[in-house]
Amino acid sequence: MSTVIESHHDDHGHDHGPPTYGLTRWLFTTNHKDIGTLYLWFSFVMFLVGGAMALVIRAELFQPGLQFVRPEFFNQMTAMHGLIMVFGVIMPSMVGLANWQVPMMIGAPDMALPRLNNLSFWILPFAGSLLVSTLFMDGGGPNFGWTFYAPLSTTYAPPSTTYFIFAIHLLGASSIMGSINIIATILNLRAPGMTLMKMPLFVWTWLITAFLLLAAMPVLAGAVTMMLFDIHFHTSFFNAAGGGDPVMFQHVFWFFGHPEVYILILPAFGVVSQILPTFARKPLFGYASMVYAVASIAFLSFLVWAHHMFTVGMPLAGQLFFMYSTMLIAIPTGVKVFNWVSTMWRGAMTFETPMLFAIAFVVLFTIGGFSGLMLAITPADYQYQDTYFVVAHFHYVLVPGALFGIIGAVYYWLPKWCGRMYDETLGKIHFWLSFVSVNVLFFPQHFLGLAGMPRRIPDYSIQFTDYNMLSSIGAFVFGFSQLLFLFVVLKAIRSGAKATDRVWEGAHGLEWTLPSPPPYHSFTHPPKVTEAEAHS
Amino acid sequence: MAAPNRSLVAKLSLLVVGMFGFAFALVPIYSLFCKVTGLGGKTGGVYSYDASSAKVDPDRSVTVTFITDNSAGMPWDFRAETPMVRVHPGELTEVKFYARNPTDHVMVGQAIPSVVPLPAAAHFHKTECFCFSRQVLQPGQEIEMPMRFFLAPELPRNVDSVSLSYSMYDVTALAAADSKAPKT
Amino acid sequence: MNRNLVMRAASAAFFLLSSVAAWGEERSKLNLREGVTAVSHAEYDLHMLILKVCVVIGVVVFGAMAYSLYHHRKSRGEIAAQFHDNTRLEILWTIVPTIILVAMAIPATKTLVDIYKTGNEDMLIEVRGYQWKWQYKYLDAARHDQLSYFSTLATTQDEINNKAAKGEFYLLEVDKPLRVPTGKKVRLLITSNDVIHSWSMPDFGIKRDAIPGILNEVWFEVNQPGVYRGQCSELCGKDHGFMPIVVDVVKPDDFQSWYADEQTKYKERQEMASKTFTADELMAMGGEIYNKTCATCHQPNGQGLPPVFPALAGSAIVSGPLEAHIARVYGGKTGTAMQAFGAQMNAAELAAVIHYERHSFGNNTADITEPIDILNWSAAAH
Repeated sequence: MSTVIESHHDDHGHDHGPPTYGLTRWLFTTNHKDIGTLYLWFSFVMFLVGGAMALVIRAELFQPGLQFVRPEFFNQMTAMHGLIMVFGVIMPSMVGLANWQVPMMIGAPDMALPRLNNLSFWILPFAGSLLVSTLFMDGGGPNFGWTFYAPLSTTYAPPSTTYFIFAIHLLGASSIMGSINIIATILNLRAPGMTLMKMPLFVWTWLITAFLLLAAMPVLAGAVTMMLFDIHFHTSFFNAAGGGDPVMFQHVFWFFGHPEVYILILPAFGVVSQILPTFARKPLFGYASMVYAVASIAFLSFLVWAHHMFTVGMPLAGQLFFMYSTMLIAIPTGVKVFNWVSTMWRGAMTFETPMLFAIAFVVLFTIGGFSGLMLAITPADYQYQDTYFVVAHFHYVLVPGALFGIIGAVYYWLPKWCGRMYDETLGKIHFWLSFVSVNVLFFPQHFLGLAGMPRRIPDYSIQFTDYNMLSSIGAFVFGFSQLLFLFVVLKAIRSGAKATDRVWEGAHGLEWTLPSPPPYHSFTHPPKVTEAEAHS
Repeated sequence: MAAPNRSLVAKLSLLVVGMFGFAFALVPIYSLFCKVTGLGGKTGGVYSYDASSAKVDPDRSVTVTFITDNSAGMPWDFRAETPMVRVHPGELTEVKFYARNPTDHVMVGQAIPSVVPLPAAAHFHKTECFCFSRQVLQPGQEIEMPMRFFLAPELPRNVDSVSLSYSMYDVTALAAADSKAPKT
Repeated sequence: MNRNLVMRAASAAFFLLSSVAAWGEERSKLNLREGVTAVSHAEYDLHMLILKVCVVIGVVVFGAMAYSLYHHRKSRGEIAAQFHDNTRLEILWTIVPTIILVAMAIPATKTLVDIYKTGNEDMLIEVRGYQWKWQYKYLDAARHDQLSYFSTLATTQDEINNKAAKGEFYLLEVDKPLRVPTGKKVRLLITSNDVIHSWSMPDFGIKRDAIPGILNEVWFEVNQPGVYRGQCSELCGKDHGFMPIVVDVVKPDDFQSWYADEQTKYKERQEMASKTFTADELMAMGGEIYNKTCATCHQPNGQGLPPVFPALAGSAIVSGPLEAHIARVYGGKTGTAMQAFGAQMNAAELAAVIHYERHSFGNNTADITEPIDILNWSAAAH
């Protein structure tokens, strides 16, 4: 494979940095790199907040009996933990990765709509603070789970619910604007020669995710608006008394909710598809199949929503339809896993920290996928529904799934972003601590669920004690290990060894043709897209 | 904004607005779907019954059970005169219900019906029901509420027992808010 | 690096062994229970089948990964191959999983069809979820309500707050379980008084949501006598974890004698409404009811948890006119968690608990509340 790489240093002989420094730089920046950095730091702060709530939960669940918090407050912790992790951590960090990487990967100078980009970010700290502030309002914060079913979230909800709804609207608006920006960037700003089927897979996954967001987030906005009307304007969307239907809430919510969980994972699929080829020194196996698989998953995600509602009392035909469609979605997901393994097969692998996270993703996300397939079997689901089996499933796909994808991405691209290598030994320690503790934390929860422990309870029968204790220990080790991640990142930024342009021996893609760190404005002239830097 | 961006952004914004509208459209779509298929145990609105053209199936007997309950915060006495009747599909039957307001203020109640098994709901037709409208009861007032219904002969043959529950809800506040809303 | 391999293999082995340990385990701590009904057995079989399918696929995929992680390493001097496509392989690993899943869907469909065969029941019971307890109403052949009672958590607050040792059935015990006979098809009509709850009995393979305004139905038939336990399975507010479900399945003769006995007591309780009680009797009865039903919000010491749950100690309503106190307990307060207990308790129970409140927590009104006061209030048109 010939490697003619255009040097882009000439373009930036007169490269300038940001227009201002300090607070005004960050408040008014329209630069995709700055905004990417803002998103990532924001999500990390929210990660610590949501993580602290998780530790409150696991501390209370360490032993049977109520030790630390009252049930009312516990319910606020579980609801807020879920809301913050979904809307404040995973989604913004994926957008942060997109902001940093998509323009560089397609040879674009910036996002298509840079000022909209700034607004999309700055809504988030406001919305996040509003959401967290509900905990301090009279009556407490949201206490109805991140899925906020009516009428618990309408007729029986605390007064702060109005602010919760407002926060959701803001978070949704931010996502929608960000997605419009990403689609416009990918469709309109690719360098000449970068056809759609030459784009890195990370860009593909974000293109598809952005469409999912545009289709799903407005439906969530509709659902919470209906809630708002029921609470304040005496409508009866979900109020049986007025002729409404609580079950309809679930239909509308999950019509958003299921595509939402694919929104949370698809970019991580993209990250893994970038990392594995680099460290196997081998192209991604089955590029076209991978693209079609992601597209099929996205399409099918709109047809499975009621598998969250198998116990609601649906007619038989409905149960069967959703069982079959849910089982079907396992097929393209499986294809992706097989392709990742084939990428590794007969490569020449090395195991730097990003690769460790990517490999762990493949194994542990697949385990989460298995429990998902089990949940799809409707009669069996009658035993799993609303137990810790479900909690184990979604935490496997979200934590050693999505989160490991994000962490792997940070290790992978940080040297490019700041021009400095992170400490490889510390990175590996962070990985092993996280890998072991995340399994100690979540694997026992499968058994708790099978044994019948329900979810969202602050106290449990004594036969569940051992596995709860184990899980809580895992939680504390996992939580505190992420402080090591913070240290590794800060140490790299401050005093890491200088990174080369290519950084990783097997890396391919336009971003690796730029210096590390890249100039404030990169690709002000479109680069030549060569075979070497086309999708890896 | 560059021209290709502008038109794309316009199209995408249209998609967003469309999906928001779709969420609200789901409300009547859902309602219609439930009425037509009987899913969710909903029994639909007023039906008309023509005794001359009705096809009564004398060989088939179906038990209909009536469950009456108050919802949270509703203190009325609410019961069926006969909690169970045996009917032939196609035959119009009347059942009396009673409701009494034991409190010292005027209250408005709304009965919400629900039918199981689900395949039966689409074939349960009411020609007269207190659940079609809200009931206003003065303090201490008791009323008799007749309900007339028939089961369509298309009722699946394997269904020989139908249960209809009424949940009585306190909608005094809802009714007050509606009456305050400007009349169109 | 050999260390990487060893750790990888160890983790793969760990998962494998855990799954294998669960394989074919009967009542082990790790696996789903088989239960005591045909339905629960079918669900268990489906669970084991899909688990085995997943384990086999996992062994193949993780095995290939482990092999690759060991052999295809740069440190072993490997040179990377550069292949990146194989359409036949893609087709193969799309079709084979599809076939496996179709095969899986067939027994799952059959079980689901069986579960949906309601009708021809021997007994009909209405199950109503409340915040935070269950109500069971036995309906006879003519669908009259023959027996109705609440089933409330029996575990004490002391046990929950770590002031007393926890019993064997901590959080899984109630004051009055649902009792049914063996060998009879029991149909349950499930609904809710307030928010969505879910009635769950893993030993029967049953879980169905209790939704306000909507009726759901399930059926079961149990041949093995025993006490079976489950928990509410849909978040329903602060005591979601404290409203268990207990079903006591007994032989038909035992059931009949219990049922006849209970029906009599139920009628007596309804008739208690026309009796007169002493202050001491009212305090004793009222205290029991208060601690079971009211203390969860208003606290055993009447201090409540303001502002959500008002204090009864020194409350204007509790120490004020009797009529207003009755109105509040009987009719509840719309828009709050205070339920209309007039629909849940008879006149004697209401009188007792109201009397208890008026003479506890430092309150000491001069009156004695009798059932007739409740009846008078509810009959009066003020």
